Amino acid sequence: MNIEKRLVRKGSLEKLFNLLKNNGNTIMGPLERNGKTRFASVNSFRDIASGYVQTTQSSKEVAFPRAEKILDYSKNAAGMSVKGIDPAEIPQVVLWGVRPCDAMGIGELSAIFNWDYKDKIYNNRLSRVTVIGFSCEKADEYCFCTSVGGNPGSTEGSDILLTRMGGDGDFLAEIITGKGARIAALSPELFEEAGNPEKDKFLASVPVRFEREMISRKLDKIFESDEWVSQSLKCLGCGACAYVCPTCACFDIQDEAHGRSGSRVRCWDSCGFSMFTLHTSGHNPREVQSQRWRQRIMHKFSYMPDRLSVYGCTGCGRCSRACPADMNILEHLISIQEAEV
Amino acid sequence: MDELRKKAGELLEASAVKVIIGYENGSDGKTRALFAEKPEETARLVFDSRCVMNLATYVTKKEVRNKGRIGLVATLPVMRAVIQLASEHQVDDAGLLVIGITPESKMVEFKDLAEVEAFVHRYQIEIDSKQKEMLDKLEKMTPSERWDFWIRELTPCFKCYACRAACPMCYCHRCTVDFNQPQWVPVPSHELGNIEWHIMRAIHLAGRCVDCDACYNACPLAIPLNLLTKRMLLDAKEHLGGYQPSIKADHLMSTYKPDDKDNFII
Repeated sequence: MNIEKRLVRKGSLEKLFNLLKNNGNTIMGPLERNGKTRFASVNSFRDIASGYVQTTQSSKEVAFPRAEKILDYSKNAAGMSVKGIDPAEIPQVVLWGVRPCDAMGIGELSAIFNWDYKDKIYNNRLSRVTVIGFSCEKADEYCFCTSVGGNPGSTEGSDILLTRMGGDGDFLAEIITGKGARIAALSPELFEEAGNPEKDKFLASVPVRFEREMISRKLDKIFESDEWVSQSLKCLGCGACAYVCPTCACFDIQDEAHGRSGSRVRCWDSCGFSMFTLHTSGHNPREVQSQRWRQRIMHKFSYMPDRLSVYGCTGCGRCSRACPADMNILEHLISIQEAEV
Repeated sequence: MDELRKKAGELLEASAVKVIIGYENGSDGKTRALFAEKPEETARLVFDSRCVMNLATYVTKKEVRNKGRIGLVATLPVMRAVIQLASEHQVDDAGLLVIGITPESKMVEFKDLAEVEAFVHRYQIEIDSKQKEMLDKLEKMTPSERWDFWIRELTPCFKCYACRAACPMCYCHRCTVDFNQPQWVPVPSHELGNIEWHIMRAIHLAGRCVDCDACYNACPLAIPLNLLTKRMLLDAKEHLGGYQPSIKADHLMSTYKPDDKDNFII
């Protein structure tokens, strides 16, 4: 559909929030604690964090929770009974305050969860999500969305995108999808005539730092390069990068047994952990951290574009901000682009 | 800083060490670990108040050890970690040379780990006054208030294990939480799983934690998990005569005497 442009007064934002809340939606928005922001259920408009360049955690939990029960089981004399997830229990969610790079990440994550097997639980959750994105007014040195196909005002992945027009100004609302239009139809008086404002001048400036297609081509040639060792020597092998990433989708399946009954839980996992590829035999095909770091970059910039026709990085910069050892992905990608082969 | 660069360069030049682990400038005004293997790379070394990462966490890493003898730029908390690691037979003089930085930011040379230990013993571990205040506040809470505090703080934890990775004392090849047959600690990062992980982590560090705050600094969610280990350090100080890492002494929490106090156990 064509993108429809409307104007939402700054004072109307809270009305829109309350309207969505009173309409039976769970609103997941950025909440701050200890100076870090994450998406969680928001009760009051005033609780929503503001002023952040990017939230510490991505919004992927709305469709891919960190620990998600996928079935309950019980054993008795008659045999085994298994109870799956009832889709009716999955809430209607409005994702509020998402940055364009996170909204774009939803498409990349969905490509993974629909590659061969169509993941029912993921798709069910996502079908109940409406995304209200907020364009970026500011960026920091970790941001590189423009190098990976995004931009600070990209409408991709959002149902409605709000762009603040000037420091304390009103918002330009771009109604992008049918879901977005249904929200606008709930209260047409909040969505006024917008005219044709110059959106770009209100957006953060994020310079292009590399060409992702060039990175992909380079990766085909540097699998055995020493570059991976020198880049990853300081990597501690934790999962912080994967867990804040909007597109990292790896998971582990754990059974939590209590006697003769229990639950099966899908838990986030990370290719950065040494355990991730450890075989029962004791053999580990990715024995050292450099091989694990290589996997992370290869997956996002080579395997995903090859197999899924999408890249696995939105340039949000979260992994670099969260890294306890200051592994800066932008710096590493630039050095891959410049590597001699 | 010039003195440090010069010394590090000389050590590499003379092949006294194969790699120098120190700090260099990183992203957004932060510092990060530098692994200098050539004398000219030591020009990138920096040292100032931003250098808080505990670099001792790298000395037990296989990829780093494989390079040969390590020269480690070490502040007081890093030196404490090295001594604790030595007492646990994880490092020795053959594999490690410490280039010390005093609390006054002066470089100090050591012949061996015994000299490092003597230096470390000149200082007591002092809990930061702000954190002491927080610990006192927690101490005054009722058990149920304290429980609520920890549930609230630990709920966001998504078990990335950055705390474990950044801690020099967490060098086990396979951590108990990674076992799934049997599963000793719940793997999912739900309420119970998070609480069990953090209690287990803290208890495993009893009598070993050198109070460097690496775990807290590493946490991408700024969970104040270092308060748990700090509490144990205070208990050790108040009831067991204090903790000081020592190469040969018995470990504070792994020895038992019939007259040990137990009045601080809830």
